[in-house]
Amino acid sequence: MSKQEQHWEKTRGLLFMTLAIWFVFSIGIFLFGAEMNEVGGPFGYPLTYWFTCQGSLGIFVILIFWFANRQEKIDEEFGFSERGDD
Amino acid sequence: MIKGNFIDNLPKVYGIYTGGFLAFIIIMSIAEQMGMTAKTIGICFVAFTVAIYAIIGYLSRTAQADAYYVAGRQVPTVFNGMATAADWMSGASFVAMAGGIYFKGYGYMALLVGWTGGYVLVASLLAPYLRKFGCYTVPDFIGTRYGGNLSRFMAVVVLTVASFTYVTAQINATGTIASVALDIPFQYAVYVGLISILLCSMLGGMRGVTWTQVAQYIVLIIAYLLPVFWISNKMGAGFFPHFMLADEVARIGELEQQYGFVKNAAADLKTVPKGLAGITKAHSAVNATPWAFISLALAMMMGTASLPHVMMRYFTTPSVKAARKSVGWSLFFIFLLYSSAPMLATLSKLSLIDPSLPTGIIGKSIAEVQAIDWYQNWNQANLMFVSDFNGNGTLELNEFFMGGKAVVLATPEIAGLPYVISGLVAAGGMAAAMSTADGLILAIANAISHDVYYKIIDPKAETAKRLVVARVLLVVIGFAGATIAALEIQGILGSVIWAFDFAMSGLFFPLVLGVWWKRANKEGAIAGMALGLISGAAYLVWVRTGGSGFLGITQLTFGIFGSAVSLVAMVVVSLMTQAPNAATQKMVDNVRVPAGKSVI
Repeated sequence: MSKQEQHWEKTRGLLFMTLAIWFVFSIGIFLFGAEMNEVGGPFGYPLTYWFTCQGSLGIFVILIFWFANRQEKIDEEFGFSERGDD
Repeated sequence: MIKGNFIDNLPKVYGIYTGGFLAFIIIMSIAEQMGMTAKTIGICFVAFTVAIYAIIGYLSRTAQADAYYVAGRQVPTVFNGMATAADWMSGASFVAMAGGIYFKGYGYMALLVGWTGGYVLVASLLAPYLRKFGCYTVPDFIGTRYGGNLSRFMAVVVLTVASFTYVTAQINATGTIASVALDIPFQYAVYVGLISILLCSMLGGMRGVTWTQVAQYIVLIIAYLLPVFWISNKMGAGFFPHFMLADEVARIGELEQQYGFVKNAAADLKTVPKGLAGITKAHSAVNATPWAFISLALAMMMGTASLPHVMMRYFTTPSVKAARKSVGWSLFFIFLLYSSAPMLATLSKLSLIDPSLPTGIIGKSIAEVQAIDWYQNWNQANLMFVSDFNGNGTLELNEFFMGGKAVVLATPEIAGLPYVISGLVAAGGMAAAMSTADGLILAIANAISHDVYYKIIDPKAETAKRLVVARVLLVVIGFAGATIAALEIQGILGSVIWAFDFAMSGLFFPLVLGVWWKRANKEGAIAGMALGLISGAAYLVWVRTGGSGFLGITQLTFGIFGSAVSLVAMVVVSLMTQAPNAATQKMVDNVRVPAGKSVI
């Protein structure tokens, strides 16, 4: 397998992982919205309510930065990252 | 004061700007103490901020294609994040979102999840690859990746349909705010709004829009957060509302139980002015089926990843790496406002319905409520209404009606904040609507000038001529949008959601598969765009004209149907026709690697 193919395989792996986490917090948990809302969440809000107004949103922010860092590492590993700028 | 390169000095420039704006707020509040009228304060806020944007727009003028189309590709990540957040958060997010949460609760909050979750798709599926591609516009990517004028043209069509639906709503919003703040009729205010919008974008194109959007973000976020924190503190609800409103949310639940949601008779409801609504849904309880929630969130997420005015913001970063990080910053800046909207809705609702609070009106006598100053003001503005349906002389929960905009616009006044805050909120709403309108008009004008005029009609045109065409189109599209906005066909929020559905119907899969599926070819992309857009639009018309729909897909989520058709059409047609040639395959390989020259 060429360097480029390996790089793409890792990139795709990271994509699937990112999308899996995204799926859980944008779709998965809301399948059980009614049940989850009976449980107390952070800061005392009902759990589903908390996810819709802060939890999922905040997780998406962290997820994107995490993804960006992981992808940078993959690019560096194969010597495909850009030089010089940021 | 400022030496050297503008880009290196950005933190300083915007630091001074923010300080200046805060000073302006303080000066205004002193002026209010000294007797300046509410109307003058409103005019000062809107006029002052718009003048600043116009100056930035003028200073950013350019005669270079690179600067006009992609701001010279040198916008640092954090600043591009702010610009994207302003680009993204429209008049609807600013003025209508808290109101939507106030009235509809959980079912509506799918929009919060959808309008943020979409950025994960932007960051992981598209933005870095399109940045590497080096295109000027989104149709530029489609046209080059798939080849041929038809695919390019189809992408322009989808972009125009989606963005134009969206932009009329934004011009409408600038008109509404300008008409209230400047006290002029709406039909004229729309054009005042339009001219303000064009001042930012005409001379500098993307460069001008970028630097005004950063300035607009600063205004709109201050204008949103300051009242939320102030009201929360004033009500004694907690000094950091986001972490401290659990008791208030629970208290609203108790009061809802106590009052019950009484259903009004149809005849009674007829007497309520149009556009006003009562509280009929639980505040924090789950009041929608999982599919209703998920389908709306999903449609908004895929729509986010297909809207060209957002995508093109990531063409302006200096590198692929920066494009990825910049998506994260964008969402962070959006998060600041979106996570505050539910808090504002909570504070607003509790302050109105809790009889133990001095501002609470439920349970008071109707005559007493009608004598309150702020009630009279907002009743006159056609945003509040009470009526004694059951004739007991006391105001019940089901007898109080409010417009969605009132949550943002009226809550500061109800809570007893000085008028300077209302002026600030008007400036914030104006900034939100203007920045989005600018991004959208520019996206349409750039696509037509670059992809239709330069790439299809006259590939030999010189830069100067191309930029003239781009600017003329900007004005034409702006006026077309304003003319339609002046007709006031449809509410602000409805048309915003449609724009997402149109965009995802036609563009989501052609964009994503262009990067992630090498086998995707021209014929497939054309079929995907055309059939996706047509079937999505047909579904919308069908449901609007009384069709029952299927699978619970409504007029707000028709993009799910459109994009499904688009995906199937694209895969089937691609596989039935020839694989893309070696040069195209190589192009895709090249896009997938950050290092090296851009593709175009």
